[in-house]
Amino acid sequence: MILLTRKAEFSAAHFYWNDALSAEENERLFGKCANRNGHGHNYTLEVTVAGDVDPVTGFVVDLKELKDILEREVVGVYDHRHLNLEIPDFAHVIPTTENIAIAVWRRLEGKIPNSRLHRVRVYEMPDLFADFYGEFEEEGKR
Amino acid sequence: MKAYLTRRFRFSASHRLHVDTLTDEQNRATFGKCNNPFGHGHNYIVAVTFSGAVDPVTGMVCNLADLDAFADKYVLQRFDHRNLNTLDLFDGLVPTTENFAIELHRIFQEFPHASLHHMHVEETGNNSFDFAGDSLPQAARY
Repeated sequence: MILLTRKAEFSAAHFYWNDALSAEENERLFGKCANRNGHGHNYTLEVTVAGDVDPVTGFVVDLKELKDILEREVVGVYDHRHLNLEIPDFAHVIPTTENIAIAVWRRLEGKIPNSRLHRVRVYEMPDLFADFYGEFEEEGKR
Repeated sequence: MKAYLTRRFRFSASHRLHVDTLTDEQNRATFGKCNNPFGHGHNYIVAVTFSGAVDPVTGMVCNLADLDAFADKYVLQRFDHRNLNTLDLFDGLVPTTENFAIELHRIFQEFPHASLHHMHVEETGNNSFDFAGDSLPQAARY
């Protein structure tokens, strides 16, 4: 089995706010990220799939096809958008880096042929990233 | 839902690789230019990974402000622009980056808000070290 990783980039705005909490509590929890006018990042997405090498093509997956899937399912949807205000994934979920990784997993799962989604890594900036391995159950196998 | 959050921190420090139980000649043979009696330095990069459930209220594995404050107090203020050999931590312990990774793992285990998954320490752009406690080496996910 081979792990194959493809990167993609998108830029988007967001803010952190939970309507169930008071304004003071939001500001205490989220600090400057709670600014309701939003702020933005250049996100880097790394999608890793696991699969066997096709004996005919030598590929796990066709990289062009994977690039097109990432563009259609994620980059084309999130790029130059306000995640809180425009993207249904975050209508009721705060678009933290962790939750973006989970949302990207949901968007890609089952869409990439001949392979299994292994990891979604989202960099909010070079020194901060979140990984999701599809562990929807907290007491997962890891 | 379980996710993994990685935060990178940078600091600069000097060290010398030398052990008193070896002769000067043995130290030179073992550590080469790292045994220079005057020491030398590196720009270290520490990437610490925590795992945990994404808090449904905050959307986070842990609050970055808490993590940054912890790292500032227990890592950056302690090691940045210091000579590692002069610190109590390395009294009787050669400050290789292997040992440093183990000590940093011990330090971040005390972070009260999330479960430490693994430490990754880069001594230079070409040397990096991973430590995950008793976990299997493949637990390293950097």
